[in-house]
Amino acid sequence: MSADQKIVIIGAGQAGGQAAASLRQAGFEGMITMVGDEPAPPYQRPPLSKAYLKGKLDRERLFLKPLQFYEDSNITLKTGVSAQKLDRAAKTVALSDGETLDYDTLIIATGSRPRALPLPGAESSNVFDLRTLSDIDVLKPNVQEGRRLLIVGAGYIGLEAAAAACELGLEVTVLEMADRVLARVTSPVMSEFYQKLHETHGVTIKTGAMLAELQTQDGAVTAGVLKSGDVIPCDLVLVGIGILPNEEIASEAGIACKNGILVDRDARTNDPSVYAIGDCAHRPLVHYGRDGRLESVHNAIEQGKIVAAHIMAAKRPVEDVPWFWSDQYDVKLQIAGLSQDYDEAVVRGEPTTNSFAVFYFRSGRLISVDAVNAPAEFLTAKRLIAANADISPELVVDQKKTMKDILAEAMAGQK
Amino acid sequence: MVKIIYADHSGTEREVDANVGESVMEAAVRNNIPGIDADCGGACACATCHVYVDPEFLPKTGEQEAMEQSMLDFADGVQENSRLSCQISVSAELEGMKVTTPESQH
Repeated sequence: MSADQKIVIIGAGQAGGQAAASLRQAGFEGMITMVGDEPAPPYQRPPLSKAYLKGKLDRERLFLKPLQFYEDSNITLKTGVSAQKLDRAAKTVALSDGETLDYDTLIIATGSRPRALPLPGAESSNVFDLRTLSDIDVLKPNVQEGRRLLIVGAGYIGLEAAAAACELGLEVTVLEMADRVLARVTSPVMSEFYQKLHETHGVTIKTGAMLAELQTQDGAVTAGVLKSGDVIPCDLVLVGIGILPNEEIASEAGIACKNGILVDRDARTNDPSVYAIGDCAHRPLVHYGRDGRLESVHNAIEQGKIVAAHIMAAKRPVEDVPWFWSDQYDVKLQIAGLSQDYDEAVVRGEPTTNSFAVFYFRSGRLISVDAVNAPAEFLTAKRLIAANADISPELVVDQKKTMKDILAEAMAGQK
Repeated sequence: MVKIIYADHSGTEREVDANVGESVMEAAVRNNIPGIDADCGGACACATCHVYVDPEFLPKTGEQEAMEQSMLDFADGVQENSRLSCQISVSAELEGMKVTTPESQH
């Protein structure tokens, strides 16, 4: 990569920020321009629904790097500007501020956006998303003790917000269409544990609850009405019903997409000059022999590093087993691997103790673990999955053995 | 401002002015210190901010909580002076402390 090369990064989130930093760390000397449609420089999203919402973390501490870093590293950071159109033949990106950027290499890191609630009233002034720093800054003054909060969607984001709001003294009701919380992402054992955890803290959880209508008055929602006829009065509404990849800039330019922008192991799209990373990318999942889209910090960081390595013709960083975490109340959940399509789940420990782990198997192979206040189980499973180790459900639930014993036993079997 | 010195496994040292109240990890990331990945941003969820603390300063870095202990149990190359730098809060007492990063965080 010569010093007159121009790299444009569309999107200034965790993935884009990582790519820029990794390129400079790897010695790239050309131009880097990063364009983000949010006003803030790249920042961490996970604390938004946790410490930041609770007012326990200052805004500046969310930023991945201080502003000075971009200046010192000669990275042009254009915030509050979005990319409008990609012209692959001319190798240009047209921006919302009228500027057109030339590139030699383009990295698309446009992330994802919250799925909108498809109901009249969803645009009301007291209906909030949980995606961006601005979302939370607008929401925060409304999060006050005694107010009635209605959360639509019992996924991780919705439940994390429920925990934070509950701790701040709000009266919280969570609605979930499926017959259990976290239905899309985890097993019934975990769903039951989290439902109980929230109910113990005073949160009302309604599963199998279809929202039929939002009642409004003077442009603000005053109640949610369920298909069952139940009316839930509220002062504010949070929507957490999933996210959609921001792939349009690529698909409109003829780049192959399928629930995200299709990329290879080096994060390259079907245009060799264009890469896609983070939430917007649909990537090979090497530990699972398939591809998919990951919505996680791990993925954003990993692909940011992968793209930098490929551009610099360096060795591809080892692809880690996908991992995630969620903090609710005093419970830390750590997830290693992907549990979709599991055919057997076993529990190590006892959920009532607030410390246990669920191990997921498919065709006799360990594919994932949900570890609740159980870091040893998390880290062990992560290693075992990475090694594609042969380990039985009977061994992982054997509490006479420590996780260290189990790890050693399973790894010995590998050789 | 508190002076913290970050050494990598090859011995190269970088000096940083850390703010009281931020973590030793945050001060490193802010200053682009290589070798501290901190993938989870300080949630004690990933063990990629592992450092070796100058033994003289170890007692001043505070007690390890159970979560940190367990995470360190499974990290590579753990020694008696291992800590997760996201769990060490910078205080005036740490002036001049040297921490060394391991060869790999994974």
